[in-house]
Amino acid sequence: MINVLEIAAPTLEWGLLSPLLVILGGACLGVLIEAVAPREMRYVLQSALAALAVVVAFGLTTLNWIQATPQLAAVDLLALDGPTYVFWALLLISGLAAVALFAERALGGGQSAFASSAATVPGSPLEREADALHREHTEIFPLLLFSLFGMMIFASANDSLTVFVAVEIFSLPLYLLTGMARRRRLLSQEAALKYFLLGSLASAIMLYGISLLYGFAGGFKFAAIDQAITAGAGSMPLLLTGMLLTSVGLLFKIGAVPFHIWTPDVYMGAPSPVTAFMAVATKTAAVAALLRVFYVALGGLQWNWQLLFAVVAVATMLLGSTMALAQNDIKRLLAYSAIAHAGFILVGVVGAVAAGEGVNLPSVAAIAFYLFTYGIATFGAFSVITMLRRAGGEANSLEAWKGLGRSNPVIATLMTLFMLSFAGIPLTAGFVGKLAVFESAWVGGYGWLVLVAVVMSVIAAFFYLKVVVAMWFQDADEESVGTVETPSLWTWSVLVVSAVATLVLGLIPGGVLTLLTDAAQFIR
Amino acid sequence: MMVWLLIAIPLAGAAFLLLAGKAADSWGHLLGTAMPIASFVLGLAIFAQLLGMPGEERAIDVTVYEWISTGSWSIGFGLLADQLSILFVLLVTGVGSLIHIYSIGYMAHDERRRRFFAYLNLFVAAMLTLVLANNYLVLFLGWEGVGLASFLLIGFWAHKPSAAAAGNKAFIVNRVGDLGLSMAIFTMLAMFGSVNFADVNAGAEGLSPAWATLIGFFLLLGACGKSAQVPLQSWLLDAMEGPTPVSALIHAATMVTAGVYLVVRSNVIYEQTEIATTAVAIVGTVTLLAGAWIGSSKDDIKKVLAGSTMSQIGYMMLAAGLGPAGASFAIFHLLTHGFFKANMFLGAGSVMHGMNDDVDMRHYGALAKSMRITFLTFGMGYLAIIGFPFTSGFYSKDHIIEAAFHENTLIGVLAIIGAGITAYYMTRLMMMTFFGEKRWEKDVHPHESPAVMTVPLIVLAVLSVFAGMFMNGWIQGWLEPVTGQEAHETGILNFTPIGFLTLGVVALGVLVGWWLHRGDIPFDQPSTGNVLLLAGRNDLYGDAVNDYAVVRPAKGIASGLTWFDRSAVDGVVMGSATMAGGLGAWLRRGQNGYVRSYGLILGVGVIVLALVVILGQLG
Repeated sequence: MINVLEIAAPTLEWGLLSPLLVILGGACLGVLIEAVAPREMRYVLQSALAALAVVVAFGLTTLNWIQATPQLAAVDLLALDGPTYVFWALLLISGLAAVALFAERALGGGQSAFASSAATVPGSPLEREADALHREHTEIFPLLLFSLFGMMIFASANDSLTVFVAVEIFSLPLYLLTGMARRRRLLSQEAALKYFLLGSLASAIMLYGISLLYGFAGGFKFAAIDQAITAGAGSMPLLLTGMLLTSVGLLFKIGAVPFHIWTPDVYMGAPSPVTAFMAVATKTAAVAALLRVFYVALGGLQWNWQLLFAVVAVATMLLGSTMALAQNDIKRLLAYSAIAHAGFILVGVVGAVAAGEGVNLPSVAAIAFYLFTYGIATFGAFSVITMLRRAGGEANSLEAWKGLGRSNPVIATLMTLFMLSFAGIPLTAGFVGKLAVFESAWVGGYGWLVLVAVVMSVIAAFFYLKVVVAMWFQDADEESVGTVETPSLWTWSVLVVSAVATLVLGLIPGGVLTLLTDAAQFIR
Repeated sequence: MMVWLLIAIPLAGAAFLLLAGKAADSWGHLLGTAMPIASFVLGLAIFAQLLGMPGEERAIDVTVYEWISTGSWSIGFGLLADQLSILFVLLVTGVGSLIHIYSIGYMAHDERRRRFFAYLNLFVAAMLTLVLANNYLVLFLGWEGVGLASFLLIGFWAHKPSAAAAGNKAFIVNRVGDLGLSMAIFTMLAMFGSVNFADVNAGAEGLSPAWATLIGFFLLLGACGKSAQVPLQSWLLDAMEGPTPVSALIHAATMVTAGVYLVVRSNVIYEQTEIATTAVAIVGTVTLLAGAWIGSSKDDIKKVLAGSTMSQIGYMMLAAGLGPAGASFAIFHLLTHGFFKANMFLGAGSVMHGMNDDVDMRHYGALAKSMRITFLTFGMGYLAIIGFPFTSGFYSKDHIIEAAFHENTLIGVLAIIGAGITAYYMTRLMMMTFFGEKRWEKDVHPHESPAVMTVPLIVLAVLSVFAGMFMNGWIQGWLEPVTGQEAHETGILNFTPIGFLTLGVVALGVLVGWWLHRGDIPFDQPSTGNVLLLAGRNDLYGDAVNDYAVVRPAKGIASGLTWFDRSAVDGVVMGSATMAGGLGAWLRRGQNGYVRSYGLILGVGVIVLALVVILGQLG
């Protein structure tokens, strides 16, 4: 008898996995469109398809959130519980906003923010030819969807190997997208390469950490790791090293110090819509994965990683806030601001307040809320950034923002709103977000960290104010002034929705907070 | 009763004036003035309603809507009109209305007048939010709001670099204070699960002294920032860069007293902690002397008044630090000070108006004749602030000094000395401004201000003189449910030995002030070897202290990090941005090198974090 290896076909929960499948299907269909659809139809088809896929996936996510009981799915590789649905929803919202910004073609003389032909050498005749023919890359939409797909898996992964695979799935499209800016292409390509190299390094370190955790626990499943830690058997140094190295990959994606080093270059080099997407979605997905890895798999090591993250949080807030003070380029400023926000989020992570009876605000809910408020303000701010232009592209120098309050009060008001929300001024969403994560750390017993965080948020308020002051209180400099171009409905809708959401979440955050609190329970 | 309308009216005014654009330029200031008046009338109605209620129940608590609620957390946008807050409402809207009216004349020639009134309305709305809040979070909202309005108004003439810098400084110093308040709020949320005044007061009874002390110090830090108390005093003198009505409204009568309000409002917490309460009294005493010192050495009329404001708020803070016995006196003095200081600031504005905006008292002299009404009204304010018998300041300040003596003789003595210095520098101001020889600049022709400016002066002057007499005795009983003090009657003719002593010291101060400034006053400030005078002229080196303690270390960190960023990070990016197309080879070389160094940083980071984990394991 020959012993045939029997492979049982896994049972998949198609209904529960449908949001993932819709996004993946949309991405694959997008690739097909590139191959068969005539060039002039691709933009319309691709943008509509991407938007449709995201909307449908969002609808299915909501449906599952309401109907399905939390459970493990896809051979226990994914955990479909409250936090997963929350983060999927956040990711899909930012995905939709990104589609809108990607599809914007009314700015900069009817061109998108992406290179006409990314394969051409910058400055070469081929590039000029592609420009003259008004070529454009509609592949950006499938790339966006692939990335989104990876992020959704990342946020729901219940298995350390799946975590790694998900990182690679969402990172590779991002590396490509980063290098596709229309303007300052050398800068953009350089950023892409840097992002790729450093990202690979971080992934490699994380993979090593995962393998050490496997060595400790004898399994990839989070539940198995958790059980091994609770059992107390096994080598402690192995476990701690595994924990540390695994955290590196996650902290890298979040943009926390000392693994933040790529952020300013990449944010500055990438096309603004991609920067916005990275700043929001990558951070959301990575925080979601971080929460699951550390709260679920490594919950038994809480005392160890709380200290680790507290130190990282302080360093991150300090570096992000103080460095941002010195910036004169709005995208670079927002890059450092994103680093600072990563620090504030980590403050919430340190709290580690589990959901349960009598708990007002579990850490997961606080952090999700913070990410939401940060995300909408980021998309709003980047929408404005894409609109303010001068000859040869966006006007990113703060010089160009001077006097905007007089020349275009509506846009200046909206930008002010987003800046105030970033700074955490009351009645904006950012204030409630900061209150929530700080309260999480405070209840978790990290009062000193909250004190540091509040000091840092005071410092951070200055550089947001710098933008506000430039817009309202400084006179425009004739040479450097930027002009606000009128975008299409795509960008306008992102802008308006962000502004309204920033106000609504600042004025009546109760409903959303309750929703998030009810969905803050992890399953194993 | 529509308590929320009190806030909504000026807020709507601010929004309208900001959005209306140039179309409203010709009549916007009138609309802006109508708003606080409307709020004042409404405030009076609510006051009447409260008067009609039985003593203990005099409070209207309304929740406008649930702001942040989840789990058992529920922070409503709640407003509370009680005995304490209604007095503030009347002060803010009453004095605010007068100052709005005055500003019609004062800002008549400013092309951004509409915007000015919008900011003033915004301030009134924020200040009313601050005092009407029924919980600390809404209070914080108003607290930030008045800070914003103050920032906008100090920097209103931002074309003057000094004004822009002053605005920034006020903002920065106040953020330090805000830090204290926000930490207090976090602590309360963690301790009581609520920030409602009622819940906090109920919970504070069982609070351990250590926690109460912590909260007490956090609140005190907040109060110091907003009320310009030592060590966060330095911004107030610079804030005088703003238009004078702003100084009168925000930096004398209302906003700067918010710290006193905060401490009085939190009196239940302070009752649990001897240490924090004493700290409040010490801060108050130090500030009242420091402010008086600065006031004695300045030649800028507004800065003299600013030093005096610091000093008077120091008195209030001292009273608030005396526990329940002093709390109602603090509020009493706060109200009378609101009247006479607003009066004098507006008077100073009127003088400046006639003197081509010169603020140097050495260039004044003999103005009593050419500015009759300003002189007389200012004189009433003068009598009130030095505590001339039967004027407002006489009652309110004497109570504080007596209460201080009951608590601690040293503090009492210092408070009396402060009163003497007050009499000295105010006499100096009067002598240099209104009496003596003309020392005017060449093309200056002093003239009385228009009626729209003098009428508010007259009203405030009347209040400066008589308000104390009417409120004396009544206010302690009125505030009793809030401050928890048993009312004890003090009659109009309540002369005590300490009262006589105070009067004696004040008389001495007046005498010295008159003697030293009765003769010629040099047109230019003479240099001096007098260390005390020099220190006063330099704001007691408050800026230098801030510079060494805060600014330089912060700048050091920032520039260190910036250097790192510039050399390690920006080098490549900036380089590649300037090098166009053809220098690919150079770029590749530079790029490879730097990614390697990035990788190195990443590796070192891992090692550092490993150390953290190991240390945590050992610890």
